[in-house]
Amino acid sequence: MRKIEAVNDFVIKFANINGTGSASANNMFAKSIFRSGVPVSPKNIFPSNIQGLPTWFEVRINDKGYMGRRGGVDFMVATNGQTMKQDYDEVLPGGYFLYDNTKPLPPIYQRTDINLIGIPLTDICIKEYRDPRQRQLFKNIIYVGALSYLLDIEFNVFQELVQDQFKGKEKLITPNIHALELGYRYAKENYTETCAIKVEKRDLTKGKILVDGNTGSALGAIYAGATVAGWYPITPSTSVVDAFEKYCKRLRIDPSSGMNNFAIIQAEDELAAMGMVLGASWNGARAFTATSGPGVSLMAEFLGLAYFAEIPGVLIDVQRTGPSTGMPTRTQQSDVLPAAYASHGDTKHICLYPANPKDCFEMSHQAFELTEYLQTPIIILSDLDLGMNDNISDEFEWHDDTLMNRGKVLSEDELENMSERWGRYLDLDDEGIGYRTIPGTHPTKGSYFTRGSSHDEYAAYTESSEAYVRSMKRLEKKWETAKSMVPAPVGHKAKKKANIGAIFYGTSTDASLEALDQAANDDVHINGLQIKAFPFNNDVKQFIDDHDYVFMIEQNRDGQMKSLLVNELQIDPNKIVSILNYDGMPITASFIVDQLNNVLDQAKVTPLQAEQG
Amino acid sequence: MSFIRPNIRHPQLPVNDIGFTRADYEGALSTLCAGCGHDSISASILQSCFELSIEPHKIAKMSGIGCSSKTPAYFLGNSHGFNSVHGRMPSVATGANMANRDLVYIGVSGDGDTASIGMGQFAHVVRRNLNMVYIVMNNGCYGLTKGQDSATADKGSASKKGVPNPYSSIDLCETAIQLGAGFVARSFSGDKEQLIPLIKAAVSHRGFALIDVVSPCVTFNNTPKSTKSYDHVREHMNATGTFDFVPLKDEITTQYEPGKTEEITLHDGSAIRLHKASENLDFSSPRSAMNEIEKYKEKGEVLTGLLYLNPQTPDTHELLGTTSKPLNSLSDKELCPGSDVLKSINSSFQ
Ligand SMILES: Cc1ncc(C[n+]2csc(CCOP(=O)(O)OP(=O)(O)O)c2C)c(N)n1
Ligand code: SF4
Ligand SMILES: [Mg+2]
Repeated sequence: MRKIEAVNDFVIKFANINGTGSASANNMFAKSIFRSGVPVSPKNIFPSNIQGLPTWFEVRINDKGYMGRRGGVDFMVATNGQTMKQDYDEVLPGGYFLYDNTKPLPPIYQRTDINLIGIPLTDICIKEYRDPRQRQLFKNIIYVGALSYLLDIEFNVFQELVQDQFKGKEKLITPNIHALELGYRYAKENYTETCAIKVEKRDLTKGKILVDGNTGSALGAIYAGATVAGWYPITPSTSVVDAFEKYCKRLRIDPSSGMNNFAIIQAEDELAAMGMVLGASWNGARAFTATSGPGVSLMAEFLGLAYFAEIPGVLIDVQRTGPSTGMPTRTQQSDVLPAAYASHGDTKHICLYPANPKDCFEMSHQAFELTEYLQTPIIILSDLDLGMNDNISDEFEWHDDTLMNRGKVLSEDELENMSERWGRYLDLDDEGIGYRTIPGTHPTKGSYFTRGSSHDEYAAYTESSEAYVRSMKRLEKKWETAKSMVPAPVGHKAKKKANIGAIFYGTSTDASLEALDQAANDDVHINGLQIKAFPFNNDVKQFIDDHDYVFMIEQNRDGQMKSLLVNELQIDPNKIVSILNYDGMPITASFIVDQLNNVLDQAKVTPLQAEQG
Repeated sequence: MSFIRPNIRHPQLPVNDIGFTRADYEGALSTLCAGCGHDSISASILQSCFELSIEPHKIAKMSGIGCSSKTPAYFLGNSHGFNSVHGRMPSVATGANMANRDLVYIGVSGDGDTASIGMGQFAHVVRRNLNMVYIVMNNGCYGLTKGQDSATADKGSASKKGVPNPYSSIDLCETAIQLGAGFVARSFSGDKEQLIPLIKAAVSHRGFALIDVVSPCVTFNNTPKSTKSYDHVREHMNATGTFDFVPLKDEITTQYEPGKTEEITLHDGSAIRLHKASENLDFSSPRSAMNEIEKYKEKGEVLTGLLYLNPQTPDTHELLGTTSKPLNSLSDKELCPGSDVLKSINSSFQ
């Protein structure tokens, strides 16, 4: 029978039941690959449920560093009876199906093109353990042990992982290692030459970390000096605040008093969460909230207030599949438009699009700098795929000479020595940004009334059309200023001259870059551009102008980023062709390549021939 | 940081202990209807802050949307103000207070702003016991949108439109007591004698202090059939007693008749001295307060004055364990853990 043969290039998927302890075993497996120096990309596919429903853990191993989802399963670890048949059918021909053979497979399991690896997990556990909870937990560890043998992952990598994981709970180390050995031994004794997929040690994860984006976002907020967080629980954003709290408790305790140099408030809803952020930012603290689509909808009114009254605030939107409650535990990039134009009236918001945990860390810091300088809210659009899955990333970096830039905030001395009359919304520097004051700064100067109703340069209420138009125009000028301050897009030039371009952002980046490489192998050369922020600066427009044909690759149904490009840059909509994945699963390179080819065939677009380049 | 008042423009005007005149606490000219109860409350707030000698810039005025929520523009012009969105002042005040615990937060809201669209935020700011004064200018209607009944309109009460309100009303004082507020009072915009000491005590109270002030809307709800009209309230008002606010520095000398006079020391050392009208009311008992409020309601009367007081409730910062320094004053050094720490954090992800 055909066997898939692979070294450091395969997809393994674990089918489990949630709430059975499989997550930590599966994470241990992913980390063992990372520690073997091989790039790994695990993705959790989990239900919106606490216990008892199917959950999958799909791991791509690829030493070329392609970390987008690949699709297809080479090796299935099937421990969930409910989904066993579906999991069995999903294995690629020549692939491997590891299952619990305590009971034989039912007769409908008739495939002859895959390799069965039966391990009596239940049997082994019944013999070894008396406590039912242990029987459940160690089943997971046993299959990891078996994988160590089957995939040739050095056993001592696991030993070290167990030791690290149970630091402080040493009692648990020996039984876990024992369970690993049980699996390893069984596989070795029964499946000596079975598996032709191997993990070979490499040195490709040096300087890298394996971490989820939400942790990156939280750490970025800590390093940026955020002190106030108001939030309301919602998947997949909850772990941003959880991580913020965890690290605050370690890093933000006042050494002399033992008190907290931070305040985290679980609000009654997202409206209140955003209100807290604005109140705190108005009052001179760096404050943020994290939410997902439904929360963004609720925050809209406040976002408009912040835009018009020019109050800083950072909102981390970890997107999930909408509309409405949608699929709460699946990913999407479908808040692009609602975030950009959140709230009634002429409003627009600066958005940042992180693509990996390091981006999350850096953009979180950047967001605080931008929001205070520009005096307008900043929305970071992460998503479930990035936020909740461990992603390989460059290490987080910090330069100790980085200080908070609070923007145009007048100090007590500046107010004291001011000769002209101060006006909160006077544009003195022709940037569209006024000088603000923090309550309590000066006894007689600098107080003003913040309001979402129309106001003049001195913050006084006005119904004068001229004054209203002046402030709306000034906000437009600020928008122009923002274009030069937000992160610029990153170009990925094809190796040969190209008249086709592809634009992508956030978690569509990895799969898109891989797709461009694959296309290049077929001599279709496409220049790539990764958008990192809205408003778009001129490089984005230039990129579209420079190509005959532009693909916009994103993860929503309506081509939201395309709409934003067309609308904001006055682009001919026919020039941009959308490639859209919106089934809730992370986009794959093969999907993109298929779509690219279809479109190019149908439109009879001739990519520039190699000799022209 | 302390500031000496630079130059006094009108040496003939009386100044408070820190050298400010009453004019220093004034705001812009009110644009409310002539005779609106809200303007009287503004005047009482202004007077209280002047008498309490709070530096105006150490006060933050917070409000939602409505005629009532506009008033912060008309008092304390040297204080910062934040006119937020309809019903959401509590969350903005919460964030502001988290950023700087050293300011005095005076929130002003309407009955629509608080008891309808903002009911959720109101309930939660009470629960968290945010250190703030929360004044509801309660006219039983939506003034700014032209007089619709609000959720505090009494059942059977009719506004200018003449249709009696068929729904039960929300009693914000009872709600606040039930949710754990430490300071709950009711007053009337037309009774400065009562309102000013109440505001002063509320400012001195540490934690959430609610003053629900009946404040007639002359334009839409001052009709003979309205229970929130000037005439009705004047005729049916019953005070729990009279009340002196005794600032920290003032020595208490007078002796009062035992049983009817009670003195309660507030967190900042100042005290309130109550001369109770009835011995039945025990200010420290939520049950007693609710009972009295309901008893008067049954008689068609409004019980005003201090209703409930517990000066010892921990505020949000205490509940959270926040540092005593305002968070907005913490330096880079205090906030940023630095690159070495980040290196070890990185290695925990390897
Ligand atoms: C979200 C939203 N809905 C509706 C309104 C319209 N609105 C403005 S003020 C108001 C009612 C105010 O009533 P109240 O708080 O009692 O204040 P009053 O004017 O009576 O002092 C309403 C409904 C608004 N501003 N925002
Ligand atoms: S409408 Fe009523 S509440 Fe509003 S200002 Fe006039 S009297 Fe006051
Ligand atoms: Mg009202």
